[in-house]
Amino acid sequence: MIRLFSIAAGLVFALVVLVSFGVGAYTAATETPVKDAAHEFYQKPKAPAGGFSFDGPVGNWDIAQLQRGLKVYSEVCAACHSLKFVAFRNLEQLGYSEAQVKAFAASKTVPGIDPNTGEATTRPGLPTDYFPSPYPNAVAAAAANNNAIPPDLSLMTKARNDGSNYVYSLMVGYGQPSAELKAEFPDFETPTGLYFNKYFPNLNIAMPPQLNAGQVTYDDGTEATVDQMAQDVAAFLTWTAEPTLVKRKQTGWAVLGFLLFATILAYFAKQQIWSAVKPRRAE
Amino acid sequence: MSFPWAKEYKPANDFTKWVDEKLPLPRLVYNAVGAGYPVPRNLNYMWNFGVLAGFCLVLQIITGVVLAMHYAANAEVAFATTEHIMRNVNWGWMMRYMHANGASFFFLALYIHIFRGFFYSSYKAPREMIWLLGVVIFLLTMATAFMGYVLPWGQMSFWGAKVITGLFGAIPLVGEPLQIWLVGGFAPDNAALNRFFSLHFLLPFVIAGVVILHIWALHIPGSSNPTGVEVKQESDTVPFHPYYTAKDGFGLGVFLILYAAFVFFLPNLLGHADNYIEANPLATPAHIVPEWYFYPFYAILRAFTFDFVLSAKLWGVLAMFSSILLWFLLPWLDRSPVRSGHYRPLFRKFFWFGLIPCMAVLFVCGGAPAEEPYVMLSQIATAYYFIHFLVIIPIVSSIEKPEPLPYSITEAVLGSDKDAVLGENTTPAT
Repeated sequence: MIRLFSIAAGLVFALVVLVSFGVGAYTAATETPVKDAAHEFYQKPKAPAGGFSFDGPVGNWDIAQLQRGLKVYSEVCAACHSLKFVAFRNLEQLGYSEAQVKAFAASKTVPGIDPNTGEATTRPGLPTDYFPSPYPNAVAAAAANNNAIPPDLSLMTKARNDGSNYVYSLMVGYGQPSAELKAEFPDFETPTGLYFNKYFPNLNIAMPPQLNAGQVTYDDGTEATVDQMAQDVAAFLTWTAEPTLVKRKQTGWAVLGFLLFATILAYFAKQQIWSAVKPRRAE
Repeated sequence: MSFPWAKEYKPANDFTKWVDEKLPLPRLVYNAVGAGYPVPRNLNYMWNFGVLAGFCLVLQIITGVVLAMHYAANAEVAFATTEHIMRNVNWGWMMRYMHANGASFFFLALYIHIFRGFFYSSYKAPREMIWLLGVVIFLLTMATAFMGYVLPWGQMSFWGAKVITGLFGAIPLVGEPLQIWLVGGFAPDNAALNRFFSLHFLLPFVIAGVVILHIWALHIPGSSNPTGVEVKQESDTVPFHPYYTAKDGFGLGVFLILYAAFVFFLPNLLGHADNYIEANPLATPAHIVPEWYFYPFYAILRAFTFDFVLSAKLWGVLAMFSSILLWFLLPWLDRSPVRSGHYRPLFRKFFWFGLIPCMAVLFVCGGAPAEEPYVMLSQIATAYYFIHFLVIIPIVSSIEKPEPLPYSITEAVLGSDKDAVLGENTTPAT
């Protein structure tokens, strides 16, 4: 009885889903799918030449690069993008001394409260403060940017697939639509107020091109090419997204080493215990 | 409830004797996972995964309790406290990665454990109750994992919650009010987040309770084994301790190495980048997908695209829930007297060339965007899934001619049952 019921139920489910299949197959056969320029010409992020220093299981930060990236963020990105999960005190990880961090924090203005009147005011930053937002609120951010709110960058490299390469690619990906794209989609046009970028999922991004050669002056004398700045800021944002990245990998090696040792011991213990009952061929 | 030759617990000294008289807890442990539990001597490594799943449950509870000390279930700050754990809490990043990847490894162990059960027909009499409780554990774990994924309050948390709670809206008549009541509003918000956190904390302890029942039910007939032949004599078994504690210890080591590789080197591989964007009810992600361990069932949900008598959405919901609930019927659908797939030629072919590829296709389609060819592939695989369990299993078990079984476990291991020396082989060399 239960088996007759189950066979009937199984056939009903299979039949109904195959009706969906038939309708889908008919639609696919009779209708030509609409082609989409973004779907066909979007490019996956590419890695910078030589990759990043923190790639791979033994990768490590390039401290000088992170410092250069901080400079690019501060002088370029920070005009529109906040970095709300990063505190000035965290910059000690980038090789700055306590005094340098204190001076850096003091050079930034953060919201404060007047101790005498209790009114909202501003004050110089302290190491315990977080990077201030360039806009007082989301409405102000939208109003200043053609209704596109510049996203917070703290987690950007984790919030996109292949994030470090994505940030790098996006920075160097501006330009004109390729001839192939124009040939296949003659109507393709980047709307006014948007900018063509082949690494952005719908090809048109609200952010204008930001990096120009020589835009920042690096303290270590590195030449500030667009490619260099893009790499440096991508590395810096990888650090802001996961300051514990290198510690994580280093801890991982210690843990794997211990587990490997313990597992080898466990294997021989198991072999010894089981040797008493292992099948033995008759001599 | 155990075999007559099971070793008896003997208190070693006056203190343990005193404890044994007042509360025989050491005796209980001895009989459950100690030398007092005789286990078939021929279990292969597929039998490690029950213990591994149990280990994952404990790991999830420990890391989860620590995370809950630093997390705040409030839609305003949930995302920020998750980042607080990652950045400011000592070793918080490790706790969170262990917990997030621990869920994945919990499901990995559960899936292998369940499919071991399918292949060896572990659900058959006299072990139906163990199987039924196991399906209950799986359902509870799915609910717990789903609610846990909502807690960081990222984009995928929010939209996943919205899609899954929206399924209740497909129920005729009461669907919409029921959905609003369950979510605590028209869309997931603070009310939903708080109740999900509360239940996510509660359910693991419910699971632990059902696990105890699962193990209790296991100890009545004793463990199954790869031949599917029941234990007949003492030479068919070895004591759980030290034999299977040692084997499980080694298995656990291998499992943990793989787990640590993910936690420390690929911690976000099994997650979604979108969940590092704070929840935004006004911005829908391009592809809303659940975690990988729900892919096959998500594919079944989405396979129904045509309103055939009922709405496609309702068919999808019915099929998705039925696809797991039908496991409850398996002990009564599969009437073959032979348990192990090793001795069932036809059943075995359908398992390896039907069910396993079907699950693989459903898995790939569940994670893919809803476009061709994935939709059509998922529809064929969904049809096969229901045919496999509800049609093929009952029919195959009636018409199949099984291969000859060994007389006993001892014969299967040693080649001849005559070689069996009762009791003598079971003392480990020291």
